[in-house]
Amino acid sequence: MSQAELSNDAPRVRSTLTDEEMAQSRKMQRRRKLIAFAFVTPLLIFVMIAFIAPIGTMLYRSVYHPTVAQLIPDTLEALSSWDEKGDNRPDDAVLNRFAVELQQLALKRKSGKLGEEINRAMPGTSSVIKSTARKFKKLDTELLKTEGAARLFASKPHWKEVEIWRVMKSSGAVFTANSYLTALDLDRNSLGEIVARDTQVYIRLYLKSLKIALMITFLTAIIGFPLSYYLATASPKTANTLMVFVLLPFWTSLLVRTTSWIALLQTNGVVNTFLQSIHAISEPFEMLYTQSATVISMTHILLPFMILPLYSVMKGIDPSYFRAAMSLGAKPIPAFIRIYLPMTVPGLSAGALLVFIISIGYYITPALVGGTDGQMISNIIAFHMQSSNNWELAAALGSLLLALILALYWLYDRLVGVSNIKLG
Amino acid sequence: MKFPKYFSFWQKAGMHGLRLTAWLVLAFLMIPILVIIPLSFNAEPYFTFTEGMLTFDPDAYSLKWYAEIFNDDKWLLAIKNSFFIGLCATILATFLGTFAAIGLSNPVMPFQRVIMAMLLSPMIVPLIITAAGMYFFYTQLGLSGSYLGVIIAHAALGTPFVIITVNASLSGFDYSLMRASLGLGAPPVYTFFKIIMPLIRPGVISGALFAFVTSFDEVVVILFLAGPEQRTIPRQMFSGLREQINPTILAVAVLLVVISGLLLLTIEYLRARSERIRSGEV
Repeated sequence: MSQAELSNDAPRVRSTLTDEEMAQSRKMQRRRKLIAFAFVTPLLIFVMIAFIAPIGTMLYRSVYHPTVAQLIPDTLEALSSWDEKGDNRPDDAVLNRFAVELQQLALKRKSGKLGEEINRAMPGTSSVIKSTARKFKKLDTELLKTEGAARLFASKPHWKEVEIWRVMKSSGAVFTANSYLTALDLDRNSLGEIVARDTQVYIRLYLKSLKIALMITFLTAIIGFPLSYYLATASPKTANTLMVFVLLPFWTSLLVRTTSWIALLQTNGVVNTFLQSIHAISEPFEMLYTQSATVISMTHILLPFMILPLYSVMKGIDPSYFRAAMSLGAKPIPAFIRIYLPMTVPGLSAGALLVFIISIGYYITPALVGGTDGQMISNIIAFHMQSSNNWELAAALGSLLLALILALYWLYDRLVGVSNIKLG
Repeated sequence: MKFPKYFSFWQKAGMHGLRLTAWLVLAFLMIPILVIIPLSFNAEPYFTFTEGMLTFDPDAYSLKWYAEIFNDDKWLLAIKNSFFIGLCATILATFLGTFAAIGLSNPVMPFQRVIMAMLLSPMIVPLIITAAGMYFFYTQLGLSGSYLGVIIAHAALGTPFVIITVNASLSGFDYSLMRASLGLGAPPVYTFFKIIMPLIRPGVISGALFAFVTSFDEVVVILFLAGPEQRTIPRQMFSGLREQINPTILAVAVLLVVISGLLLLTIEYLRARSERIRSGEV
């Protein structure tokens, strides 16, 4: 390295390293990056396959709807040239092909499935399809090929309507946003325009879930704040001992805590027995299987998620600020609100976001203690997955919930930073 | 409680009020956990205190619900499954999570923030969505209703906790130690086990415990993915609470509280130890 290069006459001399040294350093840097990345790769691949791919499949399932297309492929092919916006029903030739296909389904015991699918878009059609299929079972296939349309009309007058064929055609689409329309309480009218449904089911459910989650977040903040403050200002020995009472519930199984609340809240449960024995009430309260039961037990379950971040922020606040405000003549309550409270906001927002994110998608506790009134959006998703077998709708409802959660997660990352999450 | 002399009456009253509120909140946290302990010794098949229990009649108490657990093949299978699935998922999650955390905490790691957010997402996404997605995807792979499927699912749910705890224990890690070891000629594997591992061990172990608890406590994914052979303790409790409530569930719950108490003690011990290591007292 020459003296000239080291001289300070030069903003243009950007480095005291030679090109060769710089190239080597860049190579080293690249190598270190590569090594760091190599450590992460196995988990990245694992999470991609075990977690991201399933979520992707769910998003795909919310628009992918092959059931009807698999049941009546021939009819749908025939319907493709029919103009569903007109006032005429499809030609009799199309109806004949459907009649044959319906008979095949009836013989394979799959006509019920078709009825269920069409019924979702047009309530009341399930019985039409099922009874017609039952009658067609005994008929000759050759006969249906020529006069299937007439047989359909003879069986049920509903087949004369244009609407049922419109529904049949639109249900046959393999890729459709219909589930999202249902999930947002929207529908298509006969002209294909998007209109609001008469009864709001899912929007109300989302609003109810948001309300419950907000109530839980508010309650955990109100209840958690004084305890966190007390722990943060107590002597370290007291704080550590009392912290066990916060952490033991945190570590206890969710089902154990839900079980406890069932034991406490049921009609002949501990709370009612106690209140009756002190003659506070004469008749037992109905507390279990209500929305309040969901809120109370979830507040208990999620309280540690509020206390832990709040406590760790409060512990870092220098008490002398508050004392300074007081000695300068501030009254305790204004001093608390204007000096102390703003400093706890990072902990409060971290805790509130965490509690809100966890509670909005909760399933187990509402399912066990909520009754009908205390059900949340997750419970309806589970219902459509397991009982009504409307997977597309379950996936669409799930995708909307996921979008909400990811937006909150993004907010959490911006405000708190996901790498700052602390456990215990 | 001792107060400075200049405290006014209202300040003292406020402090007493605060202490009272704090204790009430602690009672709210603890009572639901404690109340099931006496109830699990109920001689009657109820979820509540009987007259005899309140007057401490010894006949009103019994151990029969505990005996019931160990006489019921379903519960025994559930206990075996919970531990088997939990241990396998923990090993997988700890192994993958520890390596990932080491890579992620390296300041040269590219796309650190995005990858971190993605790897921690299993912790944030509601379980019902995860479970539904896994049901769709794992069925295609033929993994639903199998131990392997459940283990993979639980491992994926446990890895974020391992990353967080190992990351925390690496926060004060001095990378020059690693470079010194490598510079002195130690092979990378030797450096890993002799230099890095002893320093982050508390983080790894507490991450493993978190991963284990996550699996041990998980029921939604089990509801969707597991067949009857993979029933775990929480799954058994869930159907018990829905179908026929009997105090065997309370007895199981008490055993689980004991287990979580032990886990808590271990975690707290490790945390104290890790703080000592970081402050250089060991």
